[in-house]
Amino acid sequence: MSEIAPAIELVGISKAFGPVQANKDISIRVMPGTIHGIIGENGAGKSTLMSILYGFYKADAGEIFISGQKTVIPDSQAAIAAGIGMVFQHFKLVQNFSVLENVVLGAEDGALLRPSLAKARKQLKSLAEEYELNVDPDAIIQDIGVGMQQRVEILKALYRQADILILDEPTGVLTPAEADQLFRILGRLKEEGKTIILITHKLREIMDITDTVSVMRRGEMTSTVKTSETNPADLAERMVGRKVLLRVDKVPAQPKDVILEVKDLNITDEKGVHRLKGVSFNVRAGEILGIAGVSGNGQSELLEVLGGYEKATGEILLNGEAIDLTGAFSDGQSRRARGIAHVPEDRQHEGLIMDFTAAENTAFGYHHDPKYQRNRLLMDNAAIMKDAQEKMDRFDVRPPNPMLAAKNFSGGNQQKVVVAREIERDPDLLLVGQPTRGVDIGAIEFIHQQIVALRDAGKAILLVSVELDEIMGLSDRIAVMFDGQIMGERLPAETDEKELGLMMAGVTDGETA
Amino acid sequence: MDKMPKWADVVLVPVVSLLLAAIISAIVFLAIGQNPWEALKLMAYGAVGTSDFLGYTLFYATNFIFTGLAVAVAFHASLFNIGGEGQVLLGGLGAAIVVLLVPWPHWTLALIAGGTAAALFGALWVVIPAYLQARRGSHIVITTIMFNFMASGLLVYMLAGPLKPEGQQQVASGLFPEASKLPSLNDIAEMFGSDMFGRSPVNISIFIAILACVAVWALIWHTRLGYQIRALGKSESAAKYAGISAVNITMITLLISGALAGMMAINNTMGINSPQLVDNAAGGAGFIGIAVALMGRNHPVGIVIAALLFGALYQGGAELAAATDVQVQIVIVIQALVIMFTGALDEMVRSPIEKLFLRFGRGTAVEE
Repeated sequence: MSEIAPAIELVGISKAFGPVQANKDISIRVMPGTIHGIIGENGAGKSTLMSILYGFYKADAGEIFISGQKTVIPDSQAAIAAGIGMVFQHFKLVQNFSVLENVVLGAEDGALLRPSLAKARKQLKSLAEEYELNVDPDAIIQDIGVGMQQRVEILKALYRQADILILDEPTGVLTPAEADQLFRILGRLKEEGKTIILITHKLREIMDITDTVSVMRRGEMTSTVKTSETNPADLAERMVGRKVLLRVDKVPAQPKDVILEVKDLNITDEKGVHRLKGVSFNVRAGEILGIAGVSGNGQSELLEVLGGYEKATGEILLNGEAIDLTGAFSDGQSRRARGIAHVPEDRQHEGLIMDFTAAENTAFGYHHDPKYQRNRLLMDNAAIMKDAQEKMDRFDVRPPNPMLAAKNFSGGNQQKVVVAREIERDPDLLLVGQPTRGVDIGAIEFIHQQIVALRDAGKAILLVSVELDEIMGLSDRIAVMFDGQIMGERLPAETDEKELGLMMAGVTDGETA
Repeated sequence: MDKMPKWADVVLVPVVSLLLAAIISAIVFLAIGQNPWEALKLMAYGAVGTSDFLGYTLFYATNFIFTGLAVAVAFHASLFNIGGEGQVLLGGLGAAIVVLLVPWPHWTLALIAGGTAAALFGALWVVIPAYLQARRGSHIVITTIMFNFMASGLLVYMLAGPLKPEGQQQVASGLFPEASKLPSLNDIAEMFGSDMFGRSPVNISIFIAILACVAVWALIWHTRLGYQIRALGKSESAAKYAGISAVNITMITLLISGALAGMMAINNTMGINSPQLVDNAAGGAGFIGIAVALMGRNHPVGIVIAALLFGALYQGGAELAAATDVQVQIVIVIQALVIMFTGALDEMVRSPIEKLFLRFGRGTAVEE
């Protein structure tokens, strides 16, 4: 064992941004031909560490050894030369280029493209055979799915002769099936002797695929263990620093009257694509209806229609009264006035204004509320500040500073600001989209508890999530969406991930029975 | 989140920009065989050396406050109104029509009527670009700049025809009635037996400009409309989620912006010593407003400071051209350099300063 040099060895890496120590004296050994997981909450310093390894940041202290050789990595070119390939969370592909052009981009052999493209085409073919990485080299990026785009990123790295592949949160955008495919590919790469570093905050992925796992917390590498010698609860505790409830603790629902009734909802977008196809369902007071489905199957549009900023045909009844779907009163303001609160799927682009302070964000969407006005002309900034402070205290937003811009909070704390704002309106119906996307484990637990508490207070909750675990854990009833349609409804106790997974892939009720 | 401290952005970046403009200006002076230090002294004297000169500086600054505010208000909604020049001309047209048509018995009434007409005409001139931006997605920069050309054509037509008194040689409106003339600061000083500000045209419009600053400050940071303007400017998708109508807010914001630019007419048309509307009434103030807003960080306080600086530059430059054999074109070059460095090249200065701050670890990083 000791005779083989580690593929990567980091010794005493430290990096500070101003007063914040992003990485503190980090040492790690990654053995060749293994899959090494790095897990930690948002802001634990995982991305900083990988950015140092890839030459984006310069470490304040510490050394990097690649296959036993001390290596200095001043920029990404040097990282590539050292055999390191990186697959970013947000792909760096030219949307209107073909797969082949994207692979060659930046690694052309000369001024003329043709020879490079021909060479790349040959090499892609052999890579595809070797690692089961099949992609049509002539497909245009914007026409292929995210899973395929990710393969292109992997191919880019392999084309540049990477022996060490770093993947940053690779499954964030993938369907369960696509994630499985990715893991098969990673397994293949490992068999061929490649070394893989997988950065994630998903415990299950770590358990499924890695050989070794390192846990980071607050800039420090707190422990490195063999995956076979640990379990999810243990890892969660190491990440957060305390015991964490992985299961949502709740009593059985006691559904009452129907609050929301959706009948035959249809959307056709400008391009003539049918986004929602005859969607019908209802949500009762005191229950959580979970909508499962792979991202992009109409869930976002459904939330937008209910939230008042997408037009549709069909019927929506709230407490038995019809809601305007197309007219002048179909906007977010009139929905809020009717008692619909909405935690949107994308907090950075919808739920919050990142440059606004936490206080300003607390009034966002409710800025016409009389309690925020001093008189007819002026807003009462002091009242907004006070309200924000109270909400931040109740929801344990850290740091509890209402004057701080939203962008300066971690993902979990940003989400708490949104959830606090919406839940504290005491709505009849709460729409929740991806409540815990990019949120750390401690905050997930808290947000889930808040949603369940609102249910127990007799409110109707519509939950949309692509995380099947979250749907299974929180919902009292589950509806599955595929291609703009509701494929069927199930009770959590009477179904399992396999059945839901099939429904999410479009297999109809009859076929699964 | 790493960034440099706010004081560096607000103070250091403009100062470094000004220094760079000064260095290149010095090179220009050396190239034409002038002593840059002497030129600078002459310009400073020309700007604030006598109370007369100071009056001119304040007069120009008043113009720039109005146009700077106009650009800033639109900018808070992420809209780039570069049609200030045209909106100023239309404001002048509105003021001229109202003041020439109605024999106002007192200047206060003329100020209210003329100011309202100026604001209205300025706002009207932005209605079509605003509609095209809000509803049709035609870029406001393109449409407003085209409207500048149309405004200037329209003005020349009006001044060469309908508004020109018979027998007058000059392409201009007739002189406004004496009763409608706004009091100059000198008139006010004379009441106290002083001759402060001499023959300079600085007039009570400067107080209206200050009032406008307060109004804009309150609008942007203390009203629901301002909240919605800023929300839309920061994130259109979030505004949509919150039920803020992008179409309405875009329209309203641009109308306010156009009205502010139009109101400059009370200063440069109704407030001058021989009040009349001339064909180059805007005199580039619409464009200088862009630099003023950028340098003033779209905040009324910053805009006042930047407007004073540009006022001084404008007036000092004119004196320099008058007192020496430096051609007026060279003075325009200097002014252009300052506009370029503080306005267009702002980012060029900011990013190296930001990098320096981050490198030496003095950036304010926020603990999470």
